[in-house]
Amino acid sequence: MPQDSGFSSGTSLSRRHFLQVGAAIGGGLMLGWVPEGQAASGSELFAPNAFIRLDRQGKVTVVSPMIEMGQGTYTSLPMLVAEELDVDMSNVGVEHSPPNDKLYGNAILGGSQTTGNSSSIRAFYLPMRQAGATARAMLIAAAAEKLNVDAEALTTEPGYVVHAAGKQRLAYGELADAAAKQQVPTKVNLKDPSTFRIIGTAAKRLDVAGKVNGTATYSIDVKLPGMKVATVAASPVFGGTVASIDEAAALKVPGVHQVVKLDNAVAVIADHYWAAKMGLKAAAVTFDDGPNATLTTADVVSALAKAAENPGAVAKNEGDVDAAFAGAATKVEAIYEAPFLAHATMEPMNCTVHVTPDGCDVWVGTQIPTVAQQAVAKTLGLKVEQVRLHNHLLGGGFGRRLEFDFIVQAALIAKQAKDPIKVVWSREEDIQHDMYRPYYYDRFAAGLDEQGTLKSWSHRIAGSAIMARFFPPLFKDGIDPDGVDGAVDMPYAVPNKRVEFIREEPPGIPTAFWRGVGPTHNVYVIESFIDELAAIAKKDPVDYRRAMLADNPRALHVLNRAADMAGWGKPLGDRRGRGVSVQNTFGSYMCQIAEVTVSESGEVHVDRVVCAVDTGVAINPDTIIAQMESGIIFGITAVLWGVITLKNGRVEQSNFDDYRMLRIEEAPVIEVEVVKSSADPGGIGEPGTSALAPAVLNAVYAATGVRLRKLPIQPALLKTQ
Amino acid sequence: MTMLRSVLLSILPALAAGLFLTAGQATETAQLKAAKDFSSVSDERARSVAVFEEAGKVIQHPRCVNCHPAGNRPLQNDDGHPHLPLVVRGEDGLGAIGMRCTTCHGATNFEAGHVPGNPKWHLAPIEMAWVGKSLGAICEQIKDPKRNGGKTLAQIVDHMVNDDLVGWGWNPGPGRTPAPGTQKEFGELIKLWVETGAHCPTT
Amino acid sequence: MIDLNVNGKKVSVSVADDMPVLWVIRDVLGMTGTKFGCGIGQCGACTIHVDGEPRRSCITKTSELADREITTIEAIGDTPSGKAVQDAWLRLEVVQCGYCQSGQIMTAAAIIDAIPEPTDVDIDQGMSGNICRCGTYVRIREAIKEAAKAVAAK
Repeated sequence: MPQDSGFSSGTSLSRRHFLQVGAAIGGGLMLGWVPEGQAASGSELFAPNAFIRLDRQGKVTVVSPMIEMGQGTYTSLPMLVAEELDVDMSNVGVEHSPPNDKLYGNAILGGSQTTGNSSSIRAFYLPMRQAGATARAMLIAAAAEKLNVDAEALTTEPGYVVHAAGKQRLAYGELADAAAKQQVPTKVNLKDPSTFRIIGTAAKRLDVAGKVNGTATYSIDVKLPGMKVATVAASPVFGGTVASIDEAAALKVPGVHQVVKLDNAVAVIADHYWAAKMGLKAAAVTFDDGPNATLTTADVVSALAKAAENPGAVAKNEGDVDAAFAGAATKVEAIYEAPFLAHATMEPMNCTVHVTPDGCDVWVGTQIPTVAQQAVAKTLGLKVEQVRLHNHLLGGGFGRRLEFDFIVQAALIAKQAKDPIKVVWSREEDIQHDMYRPYYYDRFAAGLDEQGTLKSWSHRIAGSAIMARFFPPLFKDGIDPDGVDGAVDMPYAVPNKRVEFIREEPPGIPTAFWRGVGPTHNVYVIESFIDELAAIAKKDPVDYRRAMLADNPRALHVLNRAADMAGWGKPLGDRRGRGVSVQNTFGSYMCQIAEVTVSESGEVHVDRVVCAVDTGVAINPDTIIAQMESGIIFGITAVLWGVITLKNGRVEQSNFDDYRMLRIEEAPVIEVEVVKSSADPGGIGEPGTSALAPAVLNAVYAATGVRLRKLPIQPALLKTQ
Repeated sequence: MTMLRSVLLSILPALAAGLFLTAGQATETAQLKAAKDFSSVSDERARSVAVFEEAGKVIQHPRCVNCHPAGNRPLQNDDGHPHLPLVVRGEDGLGAIGMRCTTCHGATNFEAGHVPGNPKWHLAPIEMAWVGKSLGAICEQIKDPKRNGGKTLAQIVDHMVNDDLVGWGWNPGPGRTPAPGTQKEFGELIKLWVETGAHCPTT
Repeated sequence: MIDLNVNGKKVSVSVADDMPVLWVIRDVLGMTGTKFGCGIGQCGACTIHVDGEPRRSCITKTSELADREITTIEAIGDTPSGKAVQDAWLRLEVVQCGYCQSGQIMTAAAIIDAIPEPTDVDIDQGMSGNICRCGTYVRIREAIKEAAKAVAAK
């Protein structure tokens, strides 16, 4: 598998990269090919590669390498195939891919079959088109044979190979058998984007019919013969162990079958979730809290603050930051903090496992099918091939389902039973046994000249290095590439720039990727601090940024578009303000401008968010707009109320009554402009979230004159004096 | 006047203790003085007021006040924050279409979900709003047939003693501090208040 | 035994009186369209209709629904309001991950059933109990208005 540098935002799909991927696809094509003479099952006769199947009725099934979690992959990836294959989307269906890195690996994420980092289009834009074009070439070759003409004399119309001269056309379905016998071409031409018929249109989503009538199956909905349902309580303090269980009391609860003890958790298996839950309550489990029993948020923060006093691993060093700072006319220093956050997907964590003599089956909704498969194999002492993993639509991912903790837990529970066991976490368990967006502690030092121009920039980041756990080979020289993502590559031209990373792990607290990953944290602090500098320089925040984006035309363009759309500069009235944030993240360029109203008691209401986004070639503009709406609302929840706190080693929050979510009546007006571009496609699932917090915080400053450097927003700090 | 002051002074610590108890512990019930404890107050008017002030520990308790809001949104929990999610009075005090009280609140408390319930769950009409009002103002309101649903004093007693939704205040389920005393004790106080002339505190 | 009427069919279940009907629907009857999101009535994913009115099934005791008419997402499309809502949801591409949408649709159907021309305030006050983590609120609002118009047009 091509060894990409991994989590690189803005990876440009160079020709060399394409050929590397093409070779992998060539391998995939060969592996996926149904050999001549082999009777295929029923209607699946033509499977030229791992991504496409065509049946005799002309129905195309796209096997999607990336999982659908709402972000629209199950439509946009098939659109790429449909475009090049030349079929109408009404003839296309989509299927989950089985775990297989070789066939479905994501080149941007090191070749792993992983959906994340807003990389699905970036990774599969060319491979899916290649797959469609390859299948089309084979259909043409089959038709050429049948009609006894040269392939060059043939074209296609959606679903048909056409011989114009002979006034003949053959339906793809009719050609499926013959196409399966063709040689797979190693090189095919892709369409010129100016001829796109499907890409660039708001094609209707393929995954939603079942989602409006209750038939769509999420992993929590899995039903199997003989299946039992379990729920589980793990030690409330991370690192604690089970001390006592009243097993007899649990077994007395009607419907309870079994109590399973793991080192740090107890599961009760029953006929249904409610009996399992009541059984767990009756079990009255006690825990030895372990080494982290007294941990508080304050402990974590003071450790970070201490760590941040010293220089860290240098991730970027341009010019001479110290000299420029020393000689600066104005020196500005600031500390910014970002709290732990929970993911809170609507579908709580759950996984069904059936351990059998020959291996096991796993039914789960996951962003990491192969990594999960490997983890289960390792846990149960099986060969990878013995673990049959079945993926499902996700009821939200946001990075939570990049982890396999709950999957391994389910395997360990099922290992002690004989039936298929569906383990469902309560919402409390889901929030209190999340893997959290880390607490980050950032120190800035900026030097401005007499004109207020930014001349020296020092950004020191202290926090957990998620990558060191998630994929250790990418954690090199003390630098977490995700931890500095958005910081080392901020869009502004500054002659002297230094970014440092200090790894400081919170004791026992598991950390993980959270929507927007590194950029969500870095864009918040950077765009807030840039705003501070603009104020000190007595410059308009948009103008201040414009001046630093002269060499970054795409960033400048979205800034200008958003400012225009927002009516930047027009007065808003008392206790109302506008704030801006600009970013180049995940290969996309975005500017958001938020308008807020701050009440006398300091409550912030986000009234309107304007967003200009340049994501290169827009596969499905409606999906892009939807992801902006999604990211913005997700971001507003976090900026207003998002915080996970620790007391006595425990997460204090537990459910939606104390981990508050934005609701429909609180949602702002959202206006999105998708810039027309022919640049390589960027990612879109996450940047909407990473842009939001600073836009709101800067708007709050404009409305109240109060600069906030910690999240979530504390109304007490914004009360009218 | 001195009689009233000494009565007030003797009640204050109990009041303070009661308030402290209700704020501090989630489920421990504060005490309510018994009706007979007021027989030492010889002046009838003073006794009436003192009794009502004791009853005020219930009336102004979150369990009651939360559904007697000054606006259109019920309050919630012991800290009396606006009900989350957004819930409004609606046209009949039973909520907006789509978010009726009965959408979430059943006939009984749902303990596992910390959701209170009663067959008559609803918001008191706006003319019975208690939040932000002094005990004296609430008292006048309770006596006023134009603002109390046309009740006579006897009917008020009956309401306080026997109403099931009122009674919920003493059995609110986990996570919610019960009103002080018992409904029976509260009822006795209201009965005595009426018997002594139903006089209201001046503040 | 508790006798229930679910989507027009009579069914008897042998469960504890205070078992939330959500788990009867999902685990006992195997109807998984109604979702579990929080268990405390805060998210609305579990919304069903009881005699045509929305109820949070995760905090509703099964015994309370004996002989009442229960409607779930699987059958709401058989009603004019439910069908109109589903059609509008698809026309306006409301759905992202979709996990909350069963609950959203059940509540929306009840709103347009009772209010022929729902205003923004009606939508705010009626839909506030349904959380969407993917943030489809802007489209939900428009789709409710469209669905209401479609029902009125018939």
